[in-house]
Amino acid sequence: MRSRVIPKPSWNLEYLMWIFTRLSGLSLFLLVVIGISAGLLMGARNQMDLGTLMRWAFFQNPNHVINSEIPDLYLWSNGFWQVTQILVIFFAATHGFNGLRVVIEDYTTPGFWQAFLRFLIFLLWISSSLVGIYVILGS
Amino acid sequence: MALSRRVGIISGAKYKGGGPMLAWVLHRISGLGIIIFVATHVIAAFLTQQLGSDLGISINIIYESLYFQLFIVFCAIFHGVNGFRIILLDIWPRLIRYQKESTWVEWFVILPLYGLTAFIMIRRFLAE
Repeated sequence: MRSRVIPKPSWNLEYLMWIFTRLSGLSLFLLVVIGISAGLLMGARNQMDLGTLMRWAFFQNPNHVINSEIPDLYLWSNGFWQVTQILVIFFAATHGFNGLRVVIEDYTTPGFWQAFLRFLIFLLWISSSLVGIYVILGS
Repeated sequence: MALSRRVGIISGAKYKGGGPMLAWVLHRISGLGIIIFVATHVIAAFLTQQLGSDLGISINIIYESLYFQLFIVFCAIFHGVNGFRIILLDIWPRLIRYQKESTWVEWFVILPLYGLTAFIMIRRFLAE
């Protein structure tokens, strides 16, 4: 039995986003692990419940832990967590809106409406990323 | 031999894709659920934080309900575990032969994880 001949992939949008989807998925796992372990090191074990720690794990925003029993936000609100939040927003928004584009392209045919929807998703991606970063820097 | 893309709901439901197809469908549904949740959450955070508007608070009330949270937790857990399975199969293409078995393993991970999470959430909501 001969092995399949697979053509060498060219660097088009589909291939790039296929790779990006995998890498961003793994990065989001890594960011969640960083959030949980750092949260436990910063005293989450005794000072907050599981739901609050999970909200912190998915998105390291000080507003997610402000209602727990931590003494102050000194450890929980600084530049490091702003960087991780911006990374989460960038990876999640790009991963998610690219997925939405793939789903929509499965149910539409090439033409005006597909191009219009792609443009709409592009606008949603840009605007939600910018609004997210604005909220992160303002909180 | 062109692939017919005009597939109706009934002929689609008759297609016996099994576990991998169910995983594919649920991956899409859970992905769309997460997009809707995250997008509304970002908008609500922006509205309450920057404008102090009531619309943000009313969006908050929707996703503080138990049903919405049970749905979104299922979406997050399923999308994460299934995405991890897809990444593993992509890194080691030989494992594609065991694709059906991999979806069984996936459910053995998801069901305890989701069951335990749902148990904790429901118990907490009943205690309040």
